[in-house]
Amino acid sequence: MIVETGHFALALALALSLVQMVMPVWAARSGDPALRQTTSQAALGAFACVLFAFAALTWAHATSDFSVQNVVENSHTQKPLIYKLSGVWGNHEGSMLLWVLILTLFGACVAGAKNSVPPRLRANTLGVQGLITFVFVLFIITTSNPFTRVVPAPIEGRDLNPLLQDPGLAIHPPLLYLGYVGFSITFAFAAAALIEGRIDAVWARAVRPWTLSAWCFLTLGIAMGSYWAYYELGWGGWWFWDPVENASLMPWIAGTALLHSTVVMEKRDALKVWTVLLAILTFSLSLVGTFIVRSGVLTSVHSFATDPTRGVFILGILVLFIGGSLALFAWRAPLLRQGGLFAPISREGSLVLNNLFLVAACATVFVGTLYPLLLEMLTGDKITVGPPFFNSTFVPLAIPLLLIVPFGQSLAWKRGDLLAASQRLFFALGVALAAGFATLAMTAGGPVMAPIGIGLGAYLLIGSAMEIVARARGYGARRTRSPAIIARRAFGLPRSAWGTSLAHAGVGVVVIGIAAQGWASEGLASLKPGQSLTVGPYVATLDRVAPRQGPNYEEAGAFLTVRNRAGDEVGQVETGRRFYPSRQMTVTESGLLTLGASQVYASLGEAGKDGSIGLRLYYKPLVLLIWLGAVVMALGGALSLTDRRMRVGAPAKAKGRALPASAVAAE
Amino acid sequence: MTRKKRRLILIAVCGSVLALAVGLILSAMSGSIVFFRSPSEIEAQAIPAGTRLRLGGLVQDGSLKRGPGQTVDFAVTDHGATIAVQYTGLLPDLFREGQGVVAEGILEPGNRFRADTVLAKHDESYMPREVADALKKQGRWQEGGAKGPVPAASASADGTLGPRSER
Repeated sequence: MIVETGHFALALALALSLVQMVMPVWAARSGDPALRQTTSQAALGAFACVLFAFAALTWAHATSDFSVQNVVENSHTQKPLIYKLSGVWGNHEGSMLLWVLILTLFGACVAGAKNSVPPRLRANTLGVQGLITFVFVLFIITTSNPFTRVVPAPIEGRDLNPLLQDPGLAIHPPLLYLGYVGFSITFAFAAAALIEGRIDAVWARAVRPWTLSAWCFLTLGIAMGSYWAYYELGWGGWWFWDPVENASLMPWIAGTALLHSTVVMEKRDALKVWTVLLAILTFSLSLVGTFIVRSGVLTSVHSFATDPTRGVFILGILVLFIGGSLALFAWRAPLLRQGGLFAPISREGSLVLNNLFLVAACATVFVGTLYPLLLEMLTGDKITVGPPFFNSTFVPLAIPLLLIVPFGQSLAWKRGDLLAASQRLFFALGVALAAGFATLAMTAGGPVMAPIGIGLGAYLLIGSAMEIVARARGYGARRTRSPAIIARRAFGLPRSAWGTSLAHAGVGVVVIGIAAQGWASEGLASLKPGQSLTVGPYVATLDRVAPRQGPNYEEAGAFLTVRNRAGDEVGQVETGRRFYPSRQMTVTESGLLTLGASQVYASLGEAGKDGSIGLRLYYKPLVLLIWLGAVVMALGGALSLTDRRMRVGAPAKAKGRALPASAVAAE
Repeated sequence: MTRKKRRLILIAVCGSVLALAVGLILSAMSGSIVFFRSPSEIEAQAIPAGTRLRLGGLVQDGSLKRGPGQTVDFAVTDHGATIAVQYTGLLPDLFREGQGVVAEGILEPGNRFRADTVLAKHDESYMPREVADALKKQGRWQEGGAKGPVPAASASADGTLGPRSER
């Protein structure tokens, strides 16, 4: 009964999203503000309905209700409860429901944000959001219904893919979707601005918190996915340039560009049309990502034939939103008043450069991801575009981008002084070069790119710190040398300044982590108990191999002791191979020993006939910095979100006076 | 600085970044793309030794030999032709004789194949897509057979991990 109620709630959500979509149009025609109010209520109602539907599906999974098709295919009575719950979105239907749940959650948040968003903009934004909700709920109900019943109900389910039976599944998809889908709000704001034909700093200020929070979640989601793949797949890589990963990276890059261009718009009332276009592109890339992952086009171009309705439906959604929004853009964008051009050497000039590089980098990922699909459709030739392609396109574009990060931060708005900025960065540059050369000397004969990366990371870290110091020290007459005053001013700086510096420092940390992988090493051997294998600065000895029984699997575990070269024990690692009888599948469970920010990574192979086991060991220096850096970036974003400016609504009067001045400067 | 000059600078910078990106893409396209070939195609076309390829087919029954250390020899077949493959490393969990496999590596003289990566999807019913298509071309594939490709629903069930779970 609960399942049927869930199904009904989903249908109700469909109707409410239709109301949400139509009301703003009606309100605009009749001029009745009460109708506009209905939009918000419909958005809240749609969220409540989808939440109920999601809860109903979760209930079916938690209680192992095998009369539901979705539960039969993805659950098992002996599966631990946490995987029963996370298994709700470990399949196509459930994950689409999660997608819509988050979509309506953001809609409800906008409906509740009464103070920060002007009423007309809010109503129109919710209207566009209603259209997105309507289309996706329709997709779920017609092609991917998670509430389908089975008659007669089987006694046991088929269990969840063992690879997904991991805490990573509980965290990664919700975070990723909060980011992915969060950009739908920015998209809806952009479409609303186009419909109104009016865009200004108020719009930029209203949209910024949504972009920023979506960006933070996406950053965390991607990092979590990367770490999950790293430890789960058993071969020690942390990024594969795999289409599914690229699908989440592309909106992230575009979103990063959007974040920066919104700043220009808010402060200088410029880059309006470009910002609107970026907002459209970012969500379009999220949709392309959803299409790539969900339509089955990756598993096979031909899976359109096995389940044509789904792929074609998503393709239709794609065409509707991307085509529709771009057409709207082409039609209405000329109405938006253009901001002035500005000096190339200025904060906004450097942010434009940042946008250029980010968009170019995004384009290379886009080409590398979609070109093989296109080529196969056109010629039938099957090709793989792997890491070498991305390393030789994405990386050369990322390096100049990273080099201008501290420069941009230390240039003033309107008219910057490149020489003064360079002088201020002289120290950071010096330390970076010293760090690079020192690592080069210490690791002579090693990879060349690694010391360059370390230097670049150090430059970013120190450049970010210098920015805070420089601002606290003050300029011109306010300049001081007193540490007490500097400290006091540093604490008085707006949180968004701290957030920016923290996020940029996070990028530096990631770069150092990636660079250090140049010194990673691996070892492979067949070992009997008592034998050892050397990897990097450590020696691992196999102590014993022992079987174990898990709740829904059998495991052969290998236990290793890791010692340093001097022979002192530094820790223990265990790795295993789990056999899941319900799916007849074997999964390698890798073992990790964390030593500071570095890790020793063990992965178990097959057992030989002579009692030996195959074992692969990796030494991954500073590998944790890759993910910790991403966490620092997200923290920086979160800190910016708490800035006073984000909570206060429309800009103050001073903003209005600043405009003519900037117009003069632009001449 | 005049308005015109500023606009020119903006256009020049945009143009050069765009040109850089296009140049990088084109140069990488010519150098780092790997083609997929089935054993029959390798037999039929004289592919020069040293070419980097993806070889896909079924692991021939009875061909798997474990050498010294972690070196393994096996043969990949599409029932039309057979190519001997050597690989050093841990085989993926679902590597079995008679099952589909994709190996990436270098073609050596005498049509021997030295693989550095072996992929087999982590799913009991999965057949790598390229292999399924190659077998279809050979007429050795029955749609919806016991080893048929998984329907879109369960294929995308592990969509969160995607094809990298092949490894």
